[in-house]
Amino acid sequence: MEPITTFAGRAVALPIENIDTDQIIPARFLKVTDKAGLGDALFSDWRANPEFILNQPHAAGAKILVAGHNFGCGSSREHAPWALLGFGFQAVVSTYFADIFRNNALKNGLLPIVVDAATLDQLISMCAEDPDTLLSVDLEQQLLLLPDGRRVPFPIDAFSKHCLIHGVDQLGYLQAQAAAIAAYEARHPDRVNTLAAGA
Amino acid sequence: MPKTLFEKVWDAHVVQAADDQSPATLYIDLHLVHEVTSPQAFTVLRERGLRVRRPDHTVATMDHSTPTTPRGADGTIPVTDAVARKQLEQLVANCREFGIPLFELGTANQGIVHVIGPEQGLTQPGMTIVCGDSHTSTHGAFGALAFGIGTSEVGHVLATQCLLQNKPKTCEIRVEGQLQPGVTAKDIILAIIAEIGVGGGTGYVLEYTGSAIRSLSMEERMTICNMSIEAGARAGLIAPDETTFEWLKGRPHAPKGAAWDQAVAEWRTLPSDPGATYDHTVVLDANTLAPMITYGTNPGMGMPITGRVPSPAAQADHSQRIALDKALQYMGLEPEQALLDHPIDVVFIGSCTNSRITDLRAAADILRGNQVAPGVRVLVVPGSQQVKAQAEAEGLDQVFTAAGAEWREAGCSMCIAMNGDQLQPGQYAVSTSNRNFEGRQGRGGRTFLASPLTAAATAIAGRIADVRELLGVAV
Ligand code: SF4
Repeated sequence: MEPITTFAGRAVALPIENIDTDQIIPARFLKVTDKAGLGDALFSDWRANPEFILNQPHAAGAKILVAGHNFGCGSSREHAPWALLGFGFQAVVSTYFADIFRNNALKNGLLPIVVDAATLDQLISMCAEDPDTLLSVDLEQQLLLLPDGRRVPFPIDAFSKHCLIHGVDQLGYLQAQAAAIAAYEARHPDRVNTLAAGA
Repeated sequence: MPKTLFEKVWDAHVVQAADDQSPATLYIDLHLVHEVTSPQAFTVLRERGLRVRRPDHTVATMDHSTPTTPRGADGTIPVTDAVARKQLEQLVANCREFGIPLFELGTANQGIVHVIGPEQGLTQPGMTIVCGDSHTSTHGAFGALAFGIGTSEVGHVLATQCLLQNKPKTCEIRVEGQLQPGVTAKDIILAIIAEIGVGGGTGYVLEYTGSAIRSLSMEERMTICNMSIEAGARAGLIAPDETTFEWLKGRPHAPKGAAWDQAVAEWRTLPSDPGATYDHTVVLDANTLAPMITYGTNPGMGMPITGRVPSPAAQADHSQRIALDKALQYMGLEPEQALLDHPIDVVFIGSCTNSRITDLRAAADILRGNQVAPGVRVLVVPGSQQVKAQAEAEGLDQVFTAAGAEWREAGCSMCIAMNGDQLQPGQYAVSTSNRNFEGRQGRGGRTFLASPLTAAATAIAGRIADVRELLGVAV
């Protein structure tokens, strides 16, 4: 994964709360065996409406999605962050994120940025007033930088931050614990054997 | 210090404790795999030249994109969707290459991943269980810590049998009292989600306690834990007890003989200790619960079946107002409208929430000797081939088909509408599944979530019906 430190880009607002993974990418697009082309399916059913925000000219090339409360509830499909990244987004801003979505996003370099409700409201109005609202993100400092000069801090767990900034792959990190894993297995009898005969 | 069930299971699986810099490394006892969320994980293994560390802790099935249409002359289930077929073939190839046991389409033990784990006795108390599927929370009904993961994490577990995890907080959901006739486990969980909201459980593991929970069967407990994720919870748990042991005993993968006695002795130590504390507690009275139905486009938008759709104007919060307004527009419903007698096009009885044998028996009891209303399509989709065989042995298939319902092969079917079983735009369905998101059951389709009893009563009436009237219960 490419290291991420700072980036800037246009923001688009989708001020709807509880946006679920079935909206982000409907299930009919999950029959694929790779990740290619999923950006085209992002919000597919909503994009059928020509008025939808992502169909507007200024949405092309946008990097930051400002969404209503509780983004990403529903399914565990990692296709959701893959589709957002495929479209070009590098961050989603909301007041909170569903657990599995947040995990999936962080593993793919899509930043879930948590802000308070008042800040979210301001961001939504800013985007409504100026479709070319530019935001920047400083991951090292954990800051979201607004066009009016405000610097909004956001939380991120130390481990995910480290992995994103250094482009560290979490699988590699786990593999490095092979000895501890083997020791655990030696101390604990198997609870199940799926290969057992007679099943 | 007294510990909760969650803390006991968590502590027993820590390979490396969390510190300031990194999350805990948790050992996974059982990894369930299906065709939709695994292909890209196997690709990563191949790219890096890795093996599956514990194929003996891994099992795969086919469920999401599989057809539920009748078998061909040769006894197999034809897959006509070329893209789905490729995905299924990929799973076969991956399981062969990596030595993972697979329940292939149409074979005796195939079915929805959350139905077959318990059915085979693979799901056991005290385990950690994961799957690339959010409804993995189902297995928590056995006192296992079970949760959904993404495809990257599927790769982590395949390669290392471990996951990096931040410890969630705990929430006790205490349900006391006794359910009235016509009210089911599905109504309990829909009432809980209506109460705490679809984000109310975010960051928590829920433990369901109380006399109403204790008196539930294993199938009913699975229905409750299954929908924990619909409240945003990481997992749902119910302490194992005699009901659990009774249900598991003799299942293919359950321990046998002396190993069984030893396992039960260990499982008896799992329930939360007296005095153990939770970060949060919610209390619900089972006595006053009615059959529930959803009116909106997330599972938290639910109400008693005799209720009226809430009004966006009455919502305190601006964003709630917008969300409710949008939901009612999608659903074609008016504020203050009653849902009873609302016409219905389709009834779907199935999904990992309500497709087990007891669900089918409950629906069949209502449908027996009755006819599905003209113009209404009713799909009954068993959760597994085992459930299907059992239902057929009991003659339930005859009850369904005599009533005018379709009796299908096992799979997720119209719960996720990936396999051709889907609503047409604008159609209304009462479904026993778990998600009423926009388009979940087919583009433009409109879903009311309810129990198998409500679904069956609605099928007969052709309109949303209160099963208590059929049962002769005073409302
Ligand atoms: S039945 Fe529905 S919710 Fe359950 S695993 Fe299948 S698609 Fe997911």
